[in-house]
Amino acid sequence: MALLQISEPGQSPAPHQHKLAVGIDLGTTNSLVATVRSGMATVLQDAHGHALLPSVVRYLPDGQVAVGHNAQAQQNQDPTNTIVSVKRFMGRALEDITDRAHIPYKFVNNTQVAIETRAGIKNPIEISAEILRALKERAEKALGSDLVGAVITVPAYFDDAQRQATKDAAKLAGLHVLRLLNEPTAAAVAYGLDNAAEGTYAIYDLGGGTFDISILRLTKGVFEVLSTSGDAALGGDDFDHRIYCWVLDQIRQSSKSFVPLNEADTRLLLTKARQAKEWLTDNHEAQIVCKLSTGQLVDVTLDVTQFNELTQTLVNKTLAPTRKALRDAGLEVTDIKGVVLVGGATRMPHVRHAVADYFQQEPLTNLDPDKVVALGAAIQANALVGNKRDEDLLLLDVTPLSLGIETMGGLTEKIIPRNSTLPVARAQEFTTYKDGQTAMSFHVVQGERELVADNRSLARFDLRGIPPMAAGAARIRITFQVDADGLLSVSAREQTSGVEAHVMVKPSYGLNEAEIAHMLSSSYNAATTDKQARALAEAQVDANALIGAIQAALTADGHLLNDAEKHQINAKIAALQASIHAASSDAIRADTEALNRSTEAFAARRMDASVKRALAGKNLDSIEL
Amino acid sequence: MQNFFQLLQLPQQFNIDLTKLETNYRAIQSASHPDRYVTASHAEKLAAIQTATTANEGYKTLKNPALRAAYLLSLQGITAIAETNTAMPADFLMQQMEWREAIETAENAKDISALDNLLGNIRAESKNLQHLLSEQFGQHQLSDATDSTRKLIFMEKVQADIRDVIEELEG
Repeated sequence: MALLQISEPGQSPAPHQHKLAVGIDLGTTNSLVATVRSGMATVLQDAHGHALLPSVVRYLPDGQVAVGHNAQAQQNQDPTNTIVSVKRFMGRALEDITDRAHIPYKFVNNTQVAIETRAGIKNPIEISAEILRALKERAEKALGSDLVGAVITVPAYFDDAQRQATKDAAKLAGLHVLRLLNEPTAAAVAYGLDNAAEGTYAIYDLGGGTFDISILRLTKGVFEVLSTSGDAALGGDDFDHRIYCWVLDQIRQSSKSFVPLNEADTRLLLTKARQAKEWLTDNHEAQIVCKLSTGQLVDVTLDVTQFNELTQTLVNKTLAPTRKALRDAGLEVTDIKGVVLVGGATRMPHVRHAVADYFQQEPLTNLDPDKVVALGAAIQANALVGNKRDEDLLLLDVTPLSLGIETMGGLTEKIIPRNSTLPVARAQEFTTYKDGQTAMSFHVVQGERELVADNRSLARFDLRGIPPMAAGAARIRITFQVDADGLLSVSAREQTSGVEAHVMVKPSYGLNEAEIAHMLSSSYNAATTDKQARALAEAQVDANALIGAIQAALTADGHLLNDAEKHQINAKIAALQASIHAASSDAIRADTEALNRSTEAFAARRMDASVKRALAGKNLDSIEL
Repeated sequence: MQNFFQLLQLPQQFNIDLTKLETNYRAIQSASHPDRYVTASHAEKLAAIQTATTANEGYKTLKNPALRAAYLLSLQGITAIAETNTAMPADFLMQQMEWREAIETAENAKDISALDNLLGNIRAESKNLQHLLSEQFGQHQLSDATDSTRKLIFMEKVQADIRDVIEELEG
């Protein structure tokens, strides 16, 4: 038996240092933060023992911002300054919010969603950042240290604009995003690891504002998403809304003089509607009683049968994407071994019945549908920062919507089809249609429809400087790359001349880098010198980390390089080491970049070697079997 | 640069061991997936995303019989679907027209089960064609194999169109 090692008092051996990473479920109705402690994923609670943080942000008269229960408690009194369900507005244009007449906010007349509050005009990214900031503080308080990073979950059916908006919100909250993770995939990780599940599972995730259905195959720690579908604007909120409309009808029928509701009454009735919905989960009827600001008394009773009738079309709306997901996976209902329910809205009995009916089996409910996503995200975060060298946990996710480009006549040419496994890259060639054409405009879109107008516009960019040629002679190669976060970048290159254009797709309804930088600087209120000191410290930390990583790689795999190559890398290391002690962060960044570039070939060779080892390992396994 | 067969350590032929394809694909992903390199240097992240992307593309190509056949031909310098070469045997054109008519009839009648049946029939036809293809590739009859590959690709397209119509009808 090997001797056990004990480190010197006050020193913990570096390789076992636990890095603090969290998983965050940024939900429409509630948000959570979870982490892995002593090998167990746990949801972190606030000082009052609450795990759920209501996703409610209130801008107070004194300039403070309240998030969570306190904000929620005041929403009926202060509806225009208390924002609920902000997730529904992420990455959306105002025209996308079809029910905005029934939402008690002062929307600014703008293409992107912006809300006028007493703290000024706020966009959904800033509002979401307040929620993330509250969760970050909760985690740092509970864990007693700064976070290395976070995995943030998004609905699988979120498009590029919505994902980018979520990432921007995290940046604004000062969080380092390790990965954006799809909510159903996170749930599958938590469920699968908890139950040692193997086989094909459906994850039915009906949240406050979004619906996702994902079909996954679980094999030995590999979570492979076969297909995903959903509706980014369907959730528990819509059930509340049906009740709200029903109550309005009742009021209209019973009173001859109906005055249009003010903002406080709208919020009050929506809150009552939500409470009635929740009550009906365990009861046959719900009484809705309240007094409107006009003095009018509302007292109506809604029974389960009526509620089911009112909302049956919403339940049915989840089945079309479910069928689509199965068809895309090439599977039948009988191939599904289990159905995992996620999201608070799946507590409604008629939703459960519809799912059981469709899949011909009782859904699995042994994990709390409110917490399962955050727990899965925490497990993934823990693996990503390398706390657990769990070589078996591997998530293979897909892109939910097809990505393409506009061609002549307003038609969409799909470049990357939906349900492609990430990361994915695809290229396609296009040509000019006029003689002597020297520039081309590209319009990047996301969606399944043939007409560009029916899909979501992601970005537009131009390629200029194409040498004049006859129509159809230029060969412009467009490359789409979607990374593991599901985010798209696009580049264009004229093949004969080599003229290039590259865009990270910044969605039409998002923020640009300058806007984020501005919001960051105003939120920190930091003096310029502080910022410089901070930039220098960050550059030094990054440089030292890179040198350490490369020296370790040289020790492990130095044999992959010849002496000249080794010498070149060592020279770049020496140059960086010299500039670390100089005072300029720009110089350190430049030398870091140079060192990085000088190791690209080395990194590629190490990758090849690592793939060969993995393949050899698998083949050994199969010989042993 | 390795081709997909070399990367996934499979013999360069039409008939492949799908289990081995999957095992090897997962081995490559477990070594190269970007999730393994979240805290790595920029150069290593780049190498990871390139390898993982290629593995995904290779897996997808070799798993699907029509794509696999077209890829095998492309390694021989043959383009299965070229704009200059879209000729099809008359009987296959007839068959295609019949399928298109059947789709239209079922679409107008909103008959999803008829579409499902049609999908099943084409899938069975496609299986037969794959057997033929494996013989043609086996005997190195590349011209015949090219014709079969094109048929297979068209059948894939018809099946995709049927699925789109079903989706539309289910709205």
